[in-house]
Amino acid sequence: MVKPTQVTNSIRALRFANGEMTQADLAERIGVTRQTVIAIEQGRYSPSLEMAFRIARVFAVPLDDVFHYPDAPEEET
Amino acid sequence: MTHQEKRAWIMLVVSATAYSVYAGIILSRADGQPLPRVPYAATLLWTVGASILASIVLEIALGVVNPRASRLKDDRDRQIGRLGDYTGQSFVIIGAVAAMLMAMAGWDRFWIANVIYLCFFLSAVLGAVTKIIAYRKSFPQW
Repeated sequence: MVKPTQVTNSIRALRFANGEMTQADLAERIGVTRQTVIAIEQGRYSPSLEMAFRIARVFAVPLDDVFHYPDAPEEET
Repeated sequence: MTHQEKRAWIMLVVSATAYSVYAGIILSRADGQPLPRVPYAATLLWTVGASILASIVLEIALGVVNPRASRLKDDRDRQIGRLGDYTGQSFVIIGAVAAMLMAMAGWDRFWIANVIYLCFFLSAVLGAVTKIIAYRKSFPQW
């Protein structure tokens, strides 16, 4: 079944915190197109684990600071 | 727009144009007589050949018009490409099965050739539309 991604990210905030890095700059540093960076930022595309690590490495932060996944709902007893 | 999305648009436009031209020529030739009597083979081959040539020319033209445009193909392009090809492939199978059944039932060659061509066309259109939607909206998660 097709469902929207639940992964959110702070790439936009991190870009601005890192000298207002442009989407094109980030794309070049991780080896993807600018459109892919835009799609990731807007939550329209979940990157591979490898690409996620490359993004985190550009900002020199842990993966958890870049990508977020909602906690699982508490199981009803 | 990425290079791969431009290619999907070219595929969509060229396929739709080529099949429309083909269908228009065949239907205009029929002029009331049964379709299997209409000469179709040369027109079919010419429109297929012309569409391949047009795709190549349009891709070259894109490179000439905007030589600095990136031709980079990344993970997302590859995933979207696979999704589009996988989706479009369904019509190739439908066409092959339909043609096999029609041949076994002794249908006229006109119908067999045309159902295959129609399914190739639908496969190209469905594949291209799937890619464009994936680029414009979001890549589906399963």
